[in-house]
Amino acid sequence: MNGYIYYPGCSLKGNSRSYEESILPVFKELGLPLQELEDWNCCGATAYFSVDDTMAAAICGRNLSLAEKTGKDIVAPCAGCYLTLKKSNKFLASRQPKAAKILRALKNSGCEYQGTVEVKHPLEILVKDIGPKAIKAMVRNPLSGLKVACYYGCQLVRPYTDFDDPDYPTTLDTLMEAIGAKAVDFAAKTRCCGGSLTGTIEDVGLRLNYILLKEAKRKNADVVVTICPLCQFNLEITQRKIVKRYKEDIQMPILYFSQLLGLALGIPKEDLGISRSIVPLKPLWEKLGHGGVK
Amino acid sequence: MKIQRRVKYEEELDTGFLDEIKSMSGCTELDECIQCGTCSSSCPMSIYMDYPPRKIIAMVKNGFADEALRSFTIWLCPSCYTCQVRCPAKIKITDVMYALKRKAIEKKVYPARFAIPVLDREMSRLIAKHGRNSEMWLILNLYLKSRNPLGMLKMAPLGFKLMKAGRMSLRRESIKNKKQLKSLLSAIKEGT
Repeated sequence: MNGYIYYPGCSLKGNSRSYEESILPVFKELGLPLQELEDWNCCGATAYFSVDDTMAAAICGRNLSLAEKTGKDIVAPCAGCYLTLKKSNKFLASRQPKAAKILRALKNSGCEYQGTVEVKHPLEILVKDIGPKAIKAMVRNPLSGLKVACYYGCQLVRPYTDFDDPDYPTTLDTLMEAIGAKAVDFAAKTRCCGGSLTGTIEDVGLRLNYILLKEAKRKNADVVVTICPLCQFNLEITQRKIVKRYKEDIQMPILYFSQLLGLALGIPKEDLGISRSIVPLKPLWEKLGHGGVK
Repeated sequence: MKIQRRVKYEEELDTGFLDEIKSMSGCTELDECIQCGTCSSSCPMSIYMDYPPRKIIAMVKNGFADEALRSFTIWLCPSCYTCQVRCPAKIKITDVMYALKRKAIEKKVYPARFAIPVLDREMSRLIAKHGRNSEMWLILNLYLKSRNPLGMLKMAPLGFKLMKAGRMSLRRESIKNKKQLKSLLSAIKEGT
């Protein structure tokens, strides 16, 4: 396939719209402007696979079919969408009877799928296709002195990663170093944030995020960089309650990698959705010398 | 002191359970489990589970159907796949957990009013109907259906904060071609 079509998913249109607001200008700046997939439907995430896996793979099949008609591969910034679409794509190619049944149903509903689309994450494209060297050459404001904890979470690197290690990935660290930041040795980089558990069993969610934030603090990070909407959300919204419960100062800005990349490429911070952060960013601006919040 | 038996006798086990689960997607390698416990020690949730993943696999292999399907464990699995990539026997443990969730829903034996299966069901329902999830409506439905109005009240301040930052709205998201989605889902249901 030639080029990429952008699959936003529900989060990038809702709670994590700052991810969309930063990934689009960044890709434009890098000469790869992204167009949104027309009339995409939700991927179903972990929820649909827990209820009905045939239906779950079928609705993903519709997205894959829509992308195939554009002649482009899918780029999915949300780790949940990325995994779910990739998983369904693999399943539809598996020649199992159930997969054949789904492909037939897709065809009969006017969304035939031949199986030619690949699903990629923007990080993969940035580091493997464009490359850290080329990105480094385009940096206008190196983030010198900024210590970042690169948090990969789970579903980007597991179980289907073909561009990084499932336990100790390094691509995001490489990217952050390319834009002048210092990636700290963040031991919890692939430890689970709890996903939707933060909303369903709050105590557990708080504990899991406490572990992550505490480790980032221990390594003297100024900011945690994420690649997933749910990780960003959890790490941000749990902070106030964690401080209250564990009486520890674990407050820290949580940003998308695309926001930091955008800053480094010289895109104004107003155009990167940064004002949507609900954690104070003052320490970050002080460190970067950009002055003032918002 | 009364002596109580805590393990089932052989004749009380569901001998067909292993084959039943093995026929579900991602579960064919279940037999290969060597009970090493790598899954349980890798799992970030095992300390909250009623049975850690290793025990769940043993239960499935040995016909403890009811215990496995009624467990909280399967719902507590956040799908982080750590166990799955580390399993030396290459069992797709996360996919096994998914299969057990689906079986528990099919047999209607999951813990009642427990928020996680409620969330999964509500999200699937929203997507099947509108093609898209609407975060705010999902959350409202979650608290409503799990009968937890207090939880909703506790979340309200955060909700307002997110609304102020433009990160949450009451708008209902939907795709344009709902007809196509509907025809696709009914084609699957009818098994064309």
